[in-house]
Amino acid sequence: MSVTSTNRSFWHRAWHRTALSRYWPTYLRLLPAVAVVAVLFGGGLLLAFGQSIGLIGITNDGALSLAAYRQVLSSRSFWQSLNLSLYIAIVATTLSTVLSVGLAMLLQRAGRWASFACQLTLPIPHLVGIAGILLLLSPSGLISRVLLSLGAIASDQDFPLLVNDRHSVGVLIHFVWKEVPFMTLILLAVLKGIRPELGMQARALGAKPWQCFWHVTLPLLKPGIISASLIVFGFVFGSFEVPFLLGATAPKTLPVLVYQAFTDVDLNQRTVAIALGLILSFTSLSLIAIYLWLGSGKPFRRDMDRSAK
Amino acid sequence: MTRKIALLLIIGVLFLPFLPLLVWSFAEGWYFPQLVPQWTMQNWSTLLTTSAKVGQGFWQSLVIAAISTGLALLVGLPAGRALGLSDFPGKGAVKLFLLLPIIVSPLATLMGIQFILIRLGLSGTIMGVVLVHLLSTIPYMTLVLSSVYANFDSDYEIQARSLGASSVQVLQQITLPLIAPGVVVGALFAFLISWNEFLLTFFVGSGRVFTLPMVLFTSLQSGNTGLTAAIAITSLLPALIFLLFSSRALDNNTAIGGLGNV
Repeated sequence: MSVTSTNRSFWHRAWHRTALSRYWPTYLRLLPAVAVVAVLFGGGLLLAFGQSIGLIGITNDGALSLAAYRQVLSSRSFWQSLNLSLYIAIVATTLSTVLSVGLAMLLQRAGRWASFACQLTLPIPHLVGIAGILLLLSPSGLISRVLLSLGAIASDQDFPLLVNDRHSVGVLIHFVWKEVPFMTLILLAVLKGIRPELGMQARALGAKPWQCFWHVTLPLLKPGIISASLIVFGFVFGSFEVPFLLGATAPKTLPVLVYQAFTDVDLNQRTVAIALGLILSFTSLSLIAIYLWLGSGKPFRRDMDRSAK
Repeated sequence: MTRKIALLLIIGVLFLPFLPLLVWSFAEGWYFPQLVPQWTMQNWSTLLTTSAKVGQGFWQSLVIAAISTGLALLVGLPAGRALGLSDFPGKGAVKLFLLLPIIVSPLATLMGIQFILIRLGLSGTIMGVVLVHLLSTIPYMTLVLSSVYANFDSDYEIQARSLGASSVQVLQQITLPLIAPGVVVGALFAFLISWNEFLLTFFVGSGRVFTLPMVLFTSLQSGNTGLTAAIAITSLLPALIFLLFSSRALDNNTAIGGLGNV
């Protein structure tokens, strides 16, 4: 009898020491969102993994096989695609980040009309942007016509190839055009939360404007920059329609390669498509982890730290 | 002054891609190197015929975006409250987890989900597409709502309760009116994300769910530039409404700030 009661109080105390006992209403509120994401995203990933190694699927016999991964990793086009995807994602994110920090600083002291106008491309579908950029920058596009009528070029042959080109210039232009307003919006919100006294104090102590920007504003802006560039990098790396319609036919980016394998008439290619998709997810996950680790030291602690202050 | 000129230039560049779209939608065979086309209303009247599938696409996009926004609100409101108002162990990890669907390419996940959707008979249905749209609407909704709640003072609720209000009354008369502006921003965001979504619909819709972005994609590849431009402009309609609203609502920095604090 006494054994059970000590036992019960032991479990009782153990329960009270867990985070769950104190925070269960909070965790309960999070449960629906976390559960939906876990089932859809996590479940989807697991099912994809099962198919990629042949455990489940339409065309295979349920025997474990790593053939799809072997085929992917040994193909030259995969490595070319990975390179291209990384190149586009890194260049587009870097350009967008630098430009939006600049634009946010410009907008900080400009009127509201300017902030509003700069948000113009934010709610625009990517496909509309793609169509607009094709009609603007292609050799027979609007800019080429204007240059021709001004006599700057003699024919459309003289106009540089800016869309469907080998260096993905069109793709990069589209992403910068679309993502700079998005990042600027986030950075502006962060900037408005920074107390102006900090900058004033630095100036009063003799800091030059650029020193004030570099040593005061930029460090305070860093969490916003990290979050925003993270979202943009992840998005650009996994984007399909932009490189599909604005990029060169070869090499293709990884998502385009996935699409091509997925819609192949040979159903065996589906396993390859899924293996490719998983490699794509895994690559962006590891890059994000490295980035967060480099960027903020303790990314998972930030909220707790701030609230403790 | 230089600042103003620089800003005007930037805004001009941002506007630039819309210019050829606008002209093309009223143009008849605008051949190179003509600078000004032959004007026509042909593209817009073709748009309204059933063969262009625009009406059907518009309707399907609307239904899908409305339902997925509603569902995202349903799970996003409590989650936003938890993330915005309380601190708890694992908060950063939960935030990052909820963000995963929008920072990790959804391609692998989609192909995995498709496997189940086919067995459930949901592949190529509106419901199936709504389900996968939650992958991108829930993260944005939760983040926006969490910063809305972070600026909400829960003492008002306590006060109302101590004055004898029931929990339903508190929700109706205190909480909802206070968070409503932020909720509108979150809902607009989620609606637009679903409305603009192409890839998710493309993979799970199996060519049977034909939202407006699908119509635009098909048209882009078919080569009828005038009609494509008209479809592109039509699909901007909710975005314009969004901008109209957002001139007030986006000033609501608290709501957007949520995205800058991941």
